[in-house]
Amino acid sequence: MNDTIVVDETLDTSGLLCPLPVYKAGLILNRLETGKVLHLITTDPGSLEDIPALARQRGDQLLGLENKGTTQLFWLKKGPTQGDGKK
Amino acid sequence: MTILAENPGAVAVAVAEQAPAKLKRIALVAAKGTLDQAYPPLILATTAASLGWEAGIYFTFYGLDVIHKKRSRRLKVASLANPSGPVQLPNLLGAIPGATAAATAVMNKWMRDAKMPPVTEFIDMAQGLGVKFFACSTSMGVMRVAEKDLIDGCLIAGAAAFLDYAATADVQLFI
Repeated sequence: MNDTIVVDETLDTSGLLCPLPVYKAGLILNRLETGKVLHLITTDPGSLEDIPALARQRGDQLLGLENKGTTQLFWLKKGPTQGDGKK
Repeated sequence: MTILAENPGAVAVAVAEQAPAKLKRIALVAAKGTLDQAYPPLILATTAASLGWEAGIYFTFYGLDVIHKKRSRRLKVASLANPSGPVQLPNLLGAIPGATAAATAVMNKWMRDAKMPPVTEFIDMAQGLGVKFFACSTSMGVMRVAEKDLIDGCLIAGAAAFLDYAATADVQLFI
């Protein structure tokens, strides 16, 4: 499904529960440049809802999502930085 | 100031262009000091900051224990009068010495096994993301908590200062 996406960074949060996948992904997205792609791996079932929400709220783009049952894969493209640079 | 007097419209435009987009904001009140209840405000604030929001927590009454240098390291959860606690005992047994320690030990183990950071680490995570910590000055006076007893980086303030912060928040929760 996502063979064509160029990944700049990968984060595996297997075994971690909310808020850690969001927190750790947020830390990476904070320092990634606009347009760079984070590949995120989660096992927290809540992340199927949480990671799209993370992208929506931050203004990043969810390029892809793959639900493999116990594992979920996401591809997040860093959106434009705004405000005080926290984003 | 001279420019403002001569051409106020130009200044207004310049200010509007410079103003950054308003960030969303969450304002939380943390009023409880038990181990289980220390987590929700810290989780929500850390998450909000990760979403790019501004986040602030007003620690009041027993909630002050969460930002107390010593007490935040040994928060407890009781089995007495807690039908949902980690150790479910009849209240009569929950009152015996050691029952609270046992329940606390079980909850701490749950957290470790689930790879959830301890409360003190969550505090560091939150502060690292710029979450604002308000310490209720009235509670400090009532409970005899001094500024030096609190972790660094807390703003000691009363209700008015917190409401001033919360007034422009998109989400306000009392926990």
